[in-house]
Amino acid sequence: MSSAVSALSGAAYAGYVQVVEAGLNGMITLRGDLSDAAFTKAFKAAIGLDVPDTRGISFKGKKGVAWMSPDELMVFVAYEDATKTVAALSEALGEQHHLVVDVSDARAMFTLSGSSVREVVAKLCPVDMDPEQFGPGKIRRTRMAQIPAAIWMPKEGEINVICFRSVAQYAFDLLKDAATPGSEVGLFS
Amino acid sequence: MSTRLATGGRLLSKNRAIEFTFDGKRFKGFQGDTLASALLANDQMLVGRSFKYHRPRGIVASGPEEPNALVNMGEGADFEPNQRATTTELFDGLKARSQNHWPSLDFDVGAINAKLARFLPAGFYYKMFIHPRPLWKHVYEPFIRQSAGLGQAPKDRDQDTYEHLYAFYDVVIVGGGVAGLQAAQAAAKSGARVLVMEQSDHWGGRAPVDGGIVNGAPVDKLVDDLVDSLTNLNNVTLRLRMMGAGVYDHGYLLGYERLRDHDPQIGGPRHRLWRIRASQIITATGAIERPLSFAGNDIPGVMLASAVRDFIANWSVSVGDRVVVVTNNDDAYLTALWLHEQGLYVPVVLDARKAGGGVLADRARAAGIRVENGRAISKVKGGKRVTGVAICSQAGEGAVLEEIECDAVAMSGGWSPVVHLWSHCGGKLIWDDENTFFRPDVDKSPTGADGTSFVACAGTANGVMALGDVLADAEAAGRSAAEAAGFKPKRAGTFKADVPDYAPIVPVWVMPQGASHPLRSKAWLDFQNDVKVTDVQLAAREGFESVEHTKRYTTLGMATDQGKLSNINGLAILSDALNRPIPQTGTTTFRPPYTPISMGAIAGEARGDIFQPLRRTPLHDWHDENGVKWEPVGAWRRPYCYRKTPGEAVEDAVALEINQTRKALGLLDASTLGKLIVKGPDAGKFLDMLYTNMMSTLKPGRCRYGLMCSENGFLMDDGVVARLDEDTFLCHTTSGGADHIHAHMEDWLQCEWWDWKVYVANVTEQYGQIAVVGPKARETLKKLTKDDVSADALPFMGWKDLTLAGIPVRAYRISFSGELSYEIAVPAGLARALWDALLEAGEEFGVMPYGTEALHVMRAEKGFIMIGDETDGTVIPQDLGLHWAISKKKDDFLGKRAQERAYMKDPNRWQLVGLETTHGEVLPDGAYATADGHNENGQRNVQGRVTSSYHSPTLGRGIAMGLVLNGPDRMGELIDFPKLDGTVSKAKIVSPIFYDPDGEKQNV
Repeated sequence: MSSAVSALSGAAYAGYVQVVEAGLNGMITLRGDLSDAAFTKAFKAAIGLDVPDTRGISFKGKKGVAWMSPDELMVFVAYEDATKTVAALSEALGEQHHLVVDVSDARAMFTLSGSSVREVVAKLCPVDMDPEQFGPGKIRRTRMAQIPAAIWMPKEGEINVICFRSVAQYAFDLLKDAATPGSEVGLFS
Repeated sequence: MSTRLATGGRLLSKNRAIEFTFDGKRFKGFQGDTLASALLANDQMLVGRSFKYHRPRGIVASGPEEPNALVNMGEGADFEPNQRATTTELFDGLKARSQNHWPSLDFDVGAINAKLARFLPAGFYYKMFIHPRPLWKHVYEPFIRQSAGLGQAPKDRDQDTYEHLYAFYDVVIVGGGVAGLQAAQAAAKSGARVLVMEQSDHWGGRAPVDGGIVNGAPVDKLVDDLVDSLTNLNNVTLRLRMMGAGVYDHGYLLGYERLRDHDPQIGGPRHRLWRIRASQIITATGAIERPLSFAGNDIPGVMLASAVRDFIANWSVSVGDRVVVVTNNDDAYLTALWLHEQGLYVPVVLDARKAGGGVLADRARAAGIRVENGRAISKVKGGKRVTGVAICSQAGEGAVLEEIECDAVAMSGGWSPVVHLWSHCGGKLIWDDENTFFRPDVDKSPTGADGTSFVACAGTANGVMALGDVLADAEAAGRSAAEAAGFKPKRAGTFKADVPDYAPIVPVWVMPQGASHPLRSKAWLDFQNDVKVTDVQLAAREGFESVEHTKRYTTLGMATDQGKLSNINGLAILSDALNRPIPQTGTTTFRPPYTPISMGAIAGEARGDIFQPLRRTPLHDWHDENGVKWEPVGAWRRPYCYRKTPGEAVEDAVALEINQTRKALGLLDASTLGKLIVKGPDAGKFLDMLYTNMMSTLKPGRCRYGLMCSENGFLMDDGVVARLDEDTFLCHTTSGGADHIHAHMEDWLQCEWWDWKVYVANVTEQYGQIAVVGPKARETLKKLTKDDVSADALPFMGWKDLTLAGIPVRAYRISFSGELSYEIAVPAGLARALWDALLEAGEEFGVMPYGTEALHVMRAEKGFIMIGDETDGTVIPQDLGLHWAISKKKDDFLGKRAQERAYMKDPNRWQLVGLETTHGEVLPDGAYATADGHNENGQRNVQGRVTSSYHSPTLGRGIAMGLVLNGPDRMGELIDFPKLDGTVSKAKIVSPIFYDPDGEKQNV
């Protein structure tokens, strides 16, 4: 069987921050009643993580979960584990009203790294990137120039960006442009 | 003549000489010069020609209020017109050209307009060019376009880059003078996040020039201390060369940062537009000095008094050896004293006030300067530069008492706080009689969503003039802004300033007060737009009572200038002419930007490759490498067709693709098709409401074509729905419909049927979708799978999960071409692998990828409608003969009620039919079928129109679909389609299904 390929096959750019397409990542959209104890319990049992608070994101190893809306979560797993995780969630939630669907191939992911990642994102997304307002443990669904995107920080000095796969090249070009040496702003440092 | 002085120039580095050219002539300046100061240092008094009368104009001001010294900068790819010489920092190799003259600055043919001035009064264009009407388009407009505008439009693509930056602050301070810095200090003490922006390249504003002692030390020291202290605070961002361009609703503020205009050798973006959200905004934007309106006040060498001392203090430039000072307030005496201290000669200070000035006037007299109270300028003498002034009594009509030779005139008509940013978002003004200016009305400030104020002014911008008061006002503004932003304010400083006693200002709107018409018609109010005192008076006489109307009629205070110099003087003249006090006359609206910002900064990063997002399917690269001709479909690029050889005609490529698909095997990249998962116990009920036909009865494993209508009954989308299991459906939408149908579903679920148990997910991009089409489609699949794909196992309108070429896929047996067809959904990351496998497996059958045009032709041959071709937002399914897809059993669905309206049931609605031309030619798309007679507009009556039209290679003739009055009842009838070339095509009304009407081919 052929191996799946990510949108840009790991394209990379070394600007004043590093921009790397982060390859294939398992992503699962889960919709359900986040305030229902039965839901949170079944979720924890299947994934081993708590349902995050509003705009929260947490990881345990490769596995993670992000708050996407009051009735939607995004589950992160290794790409090859997505199918079985969908099945596991389906199984755990059983008759509860929910929707779980693999969206791993629908997305592209980029990792920015370097001391100035915050300001590079601030050039493209209308998000307050001040460390007191945004940092590890939080996720923001936002707009990156002309496309929808979501961002989170696995740790200080690193930002992950996800967007739809079809616009991966545009997203990469945007990030490259914003990270071009000579365009440093000098904020958040 | 203007020249460089031997000493002084606090902003200059005299050890760093710079070369530049103006109108091709080489000049020398120094690091720290502006283009204006460098031109003056080289005695270049004449810098441009005026807008309307082409009068010689020189530099009037020293900052962004400069109306005359607008130049063309650079050339080729860095050319930019209308750059202000006073805010352009000099750099090595700068190339500037003066504007609005021909053939040269010195000798300008357009100056004839000045001789014709009495025939070019206010409103001239409106009066002259209105009749006769047809002349406008062919004569007047081209002529006006030719002569309008100051600078030239750039011809080459801008070579520079630009960017945006989103920033968030608690308190943003616009203006880095003493008030701005002190306000920042006060706000920052509370811990608030503070941004201070200053439009120039240095801190302190006017204070270091105008001087003063604060707490026992020169004000320069205070500026240095404040900048040091703020630099060390990590909650404060300080930016020079950044202008507050506009204030908008909800604390939105644009900061225009010029990163390398002062040195194009630096890399990186040229400008950065800061898109700021501020909890509170303080405008500490200072004040601008007003000109006086006397005859010849626009002759090069007549300058604002404050500018004259700026050029001396900042750039060590003398504007003339003999400078006459004319004023109605004490401030101009500072200029007289500055000139005197430099050893320059001030022949006289003309103080229009009968009672004269205060302490500063005494100082001037003590220095031996002649001071004349109650005197005025009757007219300035000179042409391309000042040669002298004729002096008269301010009280009289301008009879000349004495003539004095001089090189320059320094004028001061008082000061106007810069209230532009305050006013952008609705801040109101009040008239201050004592100081004769409009100041911000603190009780009517711009308010946010909660009704509380989000803009405050500080210092001179707030109408506070004395140094100590300015600092106290700024301190208070900073503290209260911090408090309004949710912080606990702390005191940052107390001030004791030594300020001389000023005598009161006396308003002088025309000089002399009884100036005759000839004098008034040479007294300029608005230098940039060439508006004189007499123009405003004429407007008043002609009935323009509203200041906004007068502004438009005369062009006073319009465009890039935004009335910085002219606003108050113009208003005063108007209110005098209307015999109405100034406050009742009101002001015009200040609009952003404060001064023009570059188009590049507005566009930001959106240019070149990233002008717009381009959506690519997982097969995009293959198409690109295989002769694709692209077609934009929304943001997607889809193959229109593939050229098998370079230079192959598009029609040939399309015909080949269709023939090969109908004969053997075609492949289509259908990845752009919308795919929405709809799941839940109420999913069937929900889809029954959204689609016109019944979806809840669909069996798992089966597919059904459905129509979606808006609430108003109009067809909005169509597609095949597959039932995946009892609770789950997959709805295919049109390529363009994926996002808005998703939103449409969420809208109904969230707003109307919030208690229904249904979730929707958009999985459009999760899958590549490949249509395998043609008589050889099944054989091809068989080669790649062990799964049973026979007609029994996977019948028409069924779906099945398969493993194809080792890849897990879902095959939908649906057909948009009329052929045996499978649409294969494959995870996007594997789509290319499957495509390659299908090409390989299909090779023996002559597999041929086809594009959207072949898709369109094949669907038209089958009479399948296309959303956007057969529909245009006014078409209902019944118009298209789709009654079969409208359920009679359902109680309700979206659009049902609307379709019951009389207009929708009207038998005279145009209906879908096929159209066959008598000679087999292709009808023009969108062509109208004419009917007898004419309508009330004298146009031919019509009875139908073409909605889709193609050449069918299958049938070897043109085929078309169209909506025709009573069409289905008129089979066989011929109707006329007049064409743009004057000929008429005759077409026969036929069934819209041209190919395989019984559907045998797709159902094998």
